[in-house]
Amino acid sequence: MMDFGSFLAMGGYAAYVWPAYGAALVILLAIWIDGSRRRRAVDQALHRLEQQRNSER
Amino acid sequence: MHRFANPGRFLRLANRIQPWLKALTVLGFIIGLYLALWGSPPDYQQGETVRIMYVHVPAAWMALFAYLLVGLASASSLIWRHPLADVAAEAMSPVGAAFTLIALITGSLWGKPMWGTYWVWDARLTSFLLLFFLYLGHMALLGAFDDRARGQRSAAVLAIVGLVNLPVIKFSVDWWNTLHQPASIVRMGGISIDSSMQWPLFAMAITFHLFMLAAVIERMRTLLLEARLRNQRLAAFERVGTQARASE
Repeated sequence: MMDFGSFLAMGGYAAYVWPAYGAALVILLAIWIDGSRRRRAVDQALHRLEQQRNSER
Repeated sequence: MHRFANPGRFLRLANRIQPWLKALTVLGFIIGLYLALWGSPPDYQQGETVRIMYVHVPAAWMALFAYLLVGLASASSLIWRHPLADVAAEAMSPVGAAFTLIALITGSLWGKPMWGTYWVWDARLTSFLLLFFLYLGHMALLGAFDDRARGQRSAAVLAIVGLVNLPVIKFSVDWWNTLHQPASIVRMGGISIDSSMQWPLFAMAITFHLFMLAAVIERMRTLLLEARLRNQRLAAFERVGTQARASE
């Protein structure tokens, strides 16, 4: 069983392996959060419009 | 296929499968990351840097695949005026760009310890950077016109022209001398990677596919609902107009 310290050290390549995984994670999270934010915004706008229409009646 | 061309049906179907897709994606990341970072051996030549491959290679595959889909969706939008094609192309583009950026950054971080440089202007790297700019150009054109239909048409033309870049990327490693190695995972005669490295690679590849599908469906939903919102606002605006005229 590998210990946690040598896992983090990545055989001396920690400075390349971890930033690679970190960058991938940040970019995927960013694209996901951007997408779901936009969807929530349009959901809310549609909801407001519907309420407005119902109150007009 | 034609039955799903209806935006209303697409929205209902999307709402139904999206929670499952999200759960599967998260599960895929847990398995994929475990195999890639812990459950696989270091390479006998590259040491632990080989773990960068499990992100880099699937991300590059997704970048190319997404662009192919953007190109095909653009073609079917121009030729058949398919109602979902423009929405699909617009939704796919930022996700493809994200995977392209991941492939570029992880490739650079892999290049430094293995080749001794973060970047060279060789055929593979340059054509892949061009792919990133094609995505950015596609997204910019979509937002560049007040008339959305005009933006969609220009973006579709750019996407189709840019398809030429895909075979250039694919064969760049055979046509020119580059630092980048030729394809070595799937070659004529089947899979040529050791099975201990095959599983983390395939797990990450499947997970990236799931992620892309979920992210693209989310964006397609958003774009369809935004179109609905525009129509309803227009209708409300017209209603107010007729009421005002009626009261005069």
